[in-house]
Amino acid sequence: MSQTILLPERPPGAVALLLNGIFGENPVFRLALSLCPAVAVTTTVANGIMLGVAVLLVQVLSSVTVALVRRGIHPRVRIPAYTIIIAVWVSAIDMTLAGYFPVLYAQVGLYVKLIVAFAIIISRLEVFASRMPLIPTFWDGLGMGLGFLFALVVIGAFRELLGSGAILGHVVTPEKPLLFFALPAGGFFTIGILMAFFNALERWKRGGKAPTAAGGGAHG
Amino acid sequence: MDSIRPGRFASRHVTSAALGLAFLLLFAATAAADGGDAVIRGARVRAPHHLRLELTRPASSLDPANFRLTDARAPDVPIEIRSVVAEEGNAVLLEVNDRLDPSAAYRIEMLDPAAARDVRPAPWALLLTVVLSSALINNFVFTRYLGLCVFFGVSRKRDTAISMGITFAVVMILSAMLSWGLFTFVMAPLKLKFLQIIVFIGVVAFLVQALDTILKKTHKSLHQRWGVYLMLITTNCIILAVPLLNAAAESGPAESFALALGSGVGFAIALFLMSCAREKLELARVPAAFQGLPIAFTLAGLFALAFMGFSGLTFLR
Repeated sequence: MSQTILLPERPPGAVALLLNGIFGENPVFRLALSLCPAVAVTTTVANGIMLGVAVLLVQVLSSVTVALVRRGIHPRVRIPAYTIIIAVWVSAIDMTLAGYFPVLYAQVGLYVKLIVAFAIIISRLEVFASRMPLIPTFWDGLGMGLGFLFALVVIGAFRELLGSGAILGHVVTPEKPLLFFALPAGGFFTIGILMAFFNALERWKRGGKAPTAAGGGAHG
Repeated sequence: MDSIRPGRFASRHVTSAALGLAFLLLFAATAAADGGDAVIRGARVRAPHHLRLELTRPASSLDPANFRLTDARAPDVPIEIRSVVAEEGNAVLLEVNDRLDPSAAYRIEMLDPAAARDVRPAPWALLLTVVLSSALINNFVFTRYLGLCVFFGVSRKRDTAISMGITFAVVMILSAMLSWGLFTFVMAPLKLKFLQIIVFIGVVAFLVQALDTILKKTHKSLHQRWGVYLMLITTNCIILAVPLLNAAAESGPAESFALALGSGVGFAIALFLMSCAREKLELARVPAAFQGLPIAFTLAGLFALAFMGFSGLTFLR
């Protein structure tokens, strides 16, 4: 197994892992992974929550599965094995959501199925779940899932507020300030602006000090 | 020089074979269209609320009750007809309250003189519209946001963007057709549709691996040039989306092919445009916080705005 990414000998604690997923290594804003769905479904907060929860469940379930069975997976076939594990959980979540939330599902269904191709999930399996014990793996999966959910809700809120003047369907302002942000093109601008904001924040934080190693879990 | 020839030879054959296949499909589809009724010679949906009928002899009554229009998917529910107007020749124009979809199939029946006809779009128009729509109007990158990782990853240089676009289009068409075959002839009869995610990802992975091996053995120069891009494709959302969309719509072979072709071409266009713009961006002075991905996203947003201008393009008139 290649040790390109250095992890501490002892796995960090639960709180550190959760905060790392939400802020330090936020999948969307910091790692820039799985951007496609982040732009596609976030015209409203409700859509963002739906996909975010689906990703959260798939990430936690497949992380835990890999942590449980990793001794039985030969390193040479690990990528296909991970893909199948993810695909099984995605199918399960896909059918569950389609059964319980048919209206929301009609809008985000394709992207729920495409969770199987999300880089974030398989990269967490490869980087973390394949070499850490069960409990930290669970917290890491939960943290990454929550970070993804957080990002989708932030982008969704930004676009829904500016695009249709509402949050979660509740009207905040009667007029629609910038319809542009609800259009497909607006999603790209939103992500661009939010990413630049997070970049600027990071630069400002590092201002006087020496740059900290990314993903140390020391943020927040 | 010798090493180039097999590649060029193969690509010429592939192109002519693909063209031949496309023409065959078109002709087969046109031949399958209905020959026409004795009384109703032609019927076309005029979006959004009109249906035009061409009759061989004048209609005896222009009362809406003389006509019955139904959706082919719900033959028991008549669509309410608001008014019927005679046009020059023996044509009549039916106005309905509901929105008519030019790409859907309907059935029109007339009581006096008794006649009936299926109304469906010309197959070539439908296929061309699918290609056009998936390539430009609903461009996978700019309106559906699929394949963004690859899109931002390989759009820095024009050469890589072109190679990647071509490789993607080819793999997309092959995997879509293979998945369609599996879905229609294996999964549907065995009631295994719920396995589609696992099966389709397997199909794509298998296809990429197989292409890689075949190219390595037969066309070494092609493999040296495009092998790298092939491996990037394996689990990519844009490749996986085409079979999933086809399965959801239960499309036929021609429509599946058209969707795959359109999506592949659309992705190649997007990659090419973006790479051209990003080469210019290298020379621009970008604010520090926007450097890298943020400015690339903003740029993609501008392209997406421009692509909105394509909405409304259709061959279904």
